[in-house]
Amino acid sequence: MGGSWSSARPTSTGTMLTSSVFTGLSWNPITDGRALFTFPFMQHALAAGTIVAVMAGVIGWFMVLRRQTFAGHTLSVTAFTGASAASLAGVPVLIGYFGICGAGALALAAAAGTRRNLSTESAATGSIGALALALGFLFVSLYHGVLNGLDSLLFGTFLGITSSQVLVLLVVAVAGIAVVGIAARPLLFASVDPDVARAGGVPVRLLGLGFLLVLGLSVAETSQITGALLVFALLVTPAATAQLLTPRPLLGVVLSVALALAVTWIGLALAYFSIYPVGFYITSLSFAAYLVARILA
Amino acid sequence: MLAQEFMRNALVAGSFVGIACGLIGWFVVLRAQVFAGDALSHVAFTGALAAAALGVDVRAGLFVATIGGGITMGALGDRARADDVVIGTLFAWTLGLGVLFLSIFTTNSSAGNGTAGVRVLFGSIFGLSRTDVEISVALGVLATAVLMALARPLLFASVDAAVASAQGVPVRVLGLVFLGLVGLVAAQATQAVGALLLLGLLAAPAGAAHRLTARPWLGLALSAGLALAAVWIGLTLSYVFPTLPPSTMVISTAVGIYAAAMSLPLLRRLLG
Repeated sequence: MGGSWSSARPTSTGTMLTSSVFTGLSWNPITDGRALFTFPFMQHALAAGTIVAVMAGVIGWFMVLRRQTFAGHTLSVTAFTGASAASLAGVPVLIGYFGICGAGALALAAAAGTRRNLSTESAATGSIGALALALGFLFVSLYHGVLNGLDSLLFGTFLGITSSQVLVLLVVAVAGIAVVGIAARPLLFASVDPDVARAGGVPVRLLGLGFLLVLGLSVAETSQITGALLVFALLVTPAATAQLLTPRPLLGVVLSVALALAVTWIGLALAYFSIYPVGFYITSLSFAAYLVARILA
Repeated sequence: MLAQEFMRNALVAGSFVGIACGLIGWFVVLRAQVFAGDALSHVAFTGALAAAALGVDVRAGLFVATIGGGITMGALGDRARADDVVIGTLFAWTLGLGVLFLSIFTTNSSAGNGTAGVRVLFGSIFGLSRTDVEISVALGVLATAVLMALARPLLFASVDAAVASAQGVPVRVLGLVFLGLVGLVAAQATQAVGALLLLGLLAAPAGAAHRLTARPWLGLALSAGLALAAVWIGLTLSYVFPTLPPSTMVISTAVGIYAAAMSLPLLRRLLG
């Protein structure tokens, strides 16, 4: 399923200009709205974007609460390694995404397990991230064919998403959100005050490891839409905005999901009608929302 | 190997990049600001591509963006230590802007220069010109000199900010200057190992040095030495095996050294 996917992607951002994607805006909202849903690729993109935004909104809220943004970034970087390794090995890209992100989460958990203080932990996280990127670049240069697709691996594209891919995204998202939903209360407790939670008999370490694994999954999902480098736009920014606006957990998660959804939908629509990449719109919109919230709060 | 001019250029520039990254990285790790360093490297990407899209000299874009980014980050954060979430949101957007500039640049340039993004992201140390090398050497010397001049108060401020500021050390200003310096080194290293990989040179040798010794001066020297070793070994490996990209080999060596330093206590326990 995913094997043919990398070749179906646009060869560079430049091709987007000349491809049929750029249909232009007629300024008639009904025609334009209908045009947005006409093509299967756009239906798939919107469905995938919706799934990814919901998952990123939920998991991102916990990630921001736990101050694990650096870990999330490092995991998103391993998504690039996974995709390029899978292309090189000729296995479906999805296996690369989920496999390597899971492995990255375990490595991070191991590095955090031996931590003595904050500075050694951040050095370990940084080193893992740099190594993952270096290996990803190695795989890309060994696999000459994909060098043009490098931009879309790093910065995302909404073209060429297949219906089976959407299905996989949906299954993983439901599983991830279910796990977090079941563990929500102890996870919240362990995130806010790990010492008291531990004294209260909450398995803090196990929860931390489990959360990193779910984070790995959601990063692997998100990076298929936004690209490995722009995962943050959906994972951190809506969640950070929500936490600026409300301290209440449930309301915050709902707000974070709503923001992620709005940003994804508007970003996809804008990218559909213009020549510039979707990653730019999603990052800019979510950053604008964050700024507004910061001024209001 | 040394007969090739591109190799000599790479080794000279790489050595100065390595020393500067090793020294500044030691403080970055001490201050737990690796994430800020990471964000600055992404700012470097956007700066370089903005300059390319506007048709200005890429180096100018690099330096303006990273030094400005460092100072902004310091100013936004509490006591010149930016918060993780603030850094994350800021640099997600910076990268988004970088993508915009990349697409403007690739659609506008008549030469069809589609690899510009790749070069900025992953470096092109074998393609450095004579001027690039000279700039790299000058910046390495400058960054080292400033850092060494500030080393004592900076060390004090990093270890115990409250006591240092009570003693009259300008902690906030030092933090700002330090992030500006990190930006300078990030811009210098971007040309060699690329915006995405320079974090490896900042974090890995310094992390290993912190693991091996708690003494500051020894640690600084060790960090610079390890970074230098990583550059030399990496470049040699890439020269011997031309399919392996140089930046990958440099970073892999650096992380290998870090992993070795981390597993040293484990080895000792197994042997003894």
